[in-house]
Amino acid sequence: MSMFKSLCAVILLGIAPMSAQADPTGIDVGTPMSADDLNAFFAIEVDGTGLPHGKGTAATGKEIYAERCAHCHGENLEGSKELGGPRLIGGRGSLTTDKPLKTVESYWPHVSTLYDYMWRTMPFDQPGSLSPDDVYALAAYILSAGKIIDDKTEMNEKTLPKVVMPNANAFFDASGTTIDLYNVQPVAPKK
Amino acid sequence: MSNDRDSEPTISSNVEEDCPCRDGMKPHVELSRRGLLMSAVAASASGVMSATAMAADKTKAPPGAALYDVPDDPTKVMGRGVHEDGGYGTRSQFETEVREKEDRPLDATSWTYTPLAATIGNLTPSGLHFERHHGGIPTIDPSRHDLYLHGLVDVAKKFTMADIKSLPSITRRYFIECSGNTLFEWQKPTGKNVQFTHGLLSTSEWTGVPFAALARQVGLKENAAWVLAEGADAAVMTRSIPLDKLMSDALIAYGQNGEALRPEQGYPLRLILPGYEGNTQIKWLRRLQVSNRPFQTHEETAAYTDLMKDGRSKQFTLQMDPKSVITFPSGEMMLPKAGFYLISGIAWTGRGRVNAVDISLDGGKSWAPARLDTVPEPNCTVRFSYPWHWDGKPAVLQSRCIDDAGNVQPTRTDLIKVRGLHSVYHYNAIQSWAVAADGSVSNVHV
Repeated sequence: MSMFKSLCAVILLGIAPMSAQADPTGIDVGTPMSADDLNAFFAIEVDGTGLPHGKGTAATGKEIYAERCAHCHGENLEGSKELGGPRLIGGRGSLTTDKPLKTVESYWPHVSTLYDYMWRTMPFDQPGSLSPDDVYALAAYILSAGKIIDDKTEMNEKTLPKVVMPNANAFFDASGTTIDLYNVQPVAPKK
Repeated sequence: MSNDRDSEPTISSNVEEDCPCRDGMKPHVELSRRGLLMSAVAASASGVMSATAMAADKTKAPPGAALYDVPDDPTKVMGRGVHEDGGYGTRSQFETEVREKEDRPLDATSWTYTPLAATIGNLTPSGLHFERHHGGIPTIDPSRHDLYLHGLVDVAKKFTMADIKSLPSITRRYFIECSGNTLFEWQKPTGKNVQFTHGLLSTSEWTGVPFAALARQVGLKENAAWVLAEGADAAVMTRSIPLDKLMSDALIAYGQNGEALRPEQGYPLRLILPGYEGNTQIKWLRRLQVSNRPFQTHEETAAYTDLMKDGRSKQFTLQMDPKSVITFPSGEMMLPKAGFYLISGIAWTGRGRVNAVDISLDGGKSWAPARLDTVPEPNCTVRFSYPWHWDGKPAVLQSRCIDDAGNVQPTRTDLIKVRGLHSVYHYNAIQSWAVAADGSVSNVHV
């Protein structure tokens, strides 16, 4: 074997097997994720992807709310300035006024966000402690108190993503150039 | 709006409250002077060393400092030996500036402001970097912290801290600004000093691995377009980031100013997105999920969206617009007499580099170029200065930033003309400081 050939062989052996994720610089780090790894996480998407199996109604939600949520968000979902829990209902029609009131009812564009956020962070002093059924029930209670669904409708992984929020169409993607600042009329020079 | 405390902070008593009056050119100068004066008085009265008098006056060292006796003449006594600090240094006991806290129902969801008037040069000391938390500061053991990268990838993987640190890193200086910075200034002048008006801004040198390098380890699918970034704090903070941004200059950062990230800045891992609003730069980063669409998380719908006059809301206003502020002289300072002053300040843009900074001494009627004291870098602050001879008459000082994409920092009038008064975030209007005939400096709208 010539010197050249053996050199080529050494180089070839040194190259990792080609695969879809091959790094051209030859680096290969990280461990493939297991199913258990994946199950530890969630993110609920707008079409309901990621929602867990479960169900709940406003009646059950009202009981859970009184026990776990009312302390910060008020007995009637009116919020608490002292404890920092935001108001959860009301404010429809206020967004164009001098006192816009942003709540789940008046502002939030997607119902999936309500589920994701509650399951992720609530209650504030015991984050991540609500069961999927708890979260469906609480969603049903808040949505029915905001008159977005009626108080009999069961929330589950099929019905929840179908709920249309009152402010659903009021958001637009404004990433990129801030065009509005280019539409300012030049001010006449002061004399 | 006032009830939505987490996403829509209202003007708190902390901002409205009168701070202790600070005369003197700079607040910290005044404090040092008073200290010197008091120690001199005590020394003459008791005949003992002034240091003990000072120590009696201030028995506690300022945060980040250790208290030592101050000899009358440091050349006549042996100084202290090495390693008395335990091997990790402290700042001087005469440096007292701290992050000021916003008064909120829960400190775990509050924020602190960088004392911009006291920072020197361009970098913010790590211990003065502003903070904004949504579920407190977690304590994370890096040996048990992994980063998961999955979704629209060929092979989903987890990376240990050692895996990440084994990859080639890059180091860059970038500012981070909360998009809520200056939010109390929409309606009326509110912040009394520059720490409260503009202190949700800091600059650090960040070290980390480009996202693209990690992406090559898993392989991205053709339809990959957005990535969910998730933190390991109690808020399990999530934001959707455009893949283009991640692939262009995002860092999976573990270093800040030459050492590991501070816990309150995301230890052990933080997503750095140069020029993007602070909330997107997920701290305590534990997971990246690749998708073909944004996830519409709480922080990109209920919060961090900008309500317009017509009732619609802007979403994904991710880049920070050109902005600047004069830090000297600024609110609550006092110019002792007419004469020469070096105006100084900070300018920044999330849309490229600072190209120029203009100064106005007459409330925006006329402008002149400032000197740039640091070299403009992409998505990094610039320190500027301007020599000024104050004639003792009332003046309104302003600065405006122009970036190399041609964007110009707007006046407040222009900004509210297009945005209204309720968009909360992304207030980048020109700041005005009024200098009165008596030399006092205050926050005004012109």
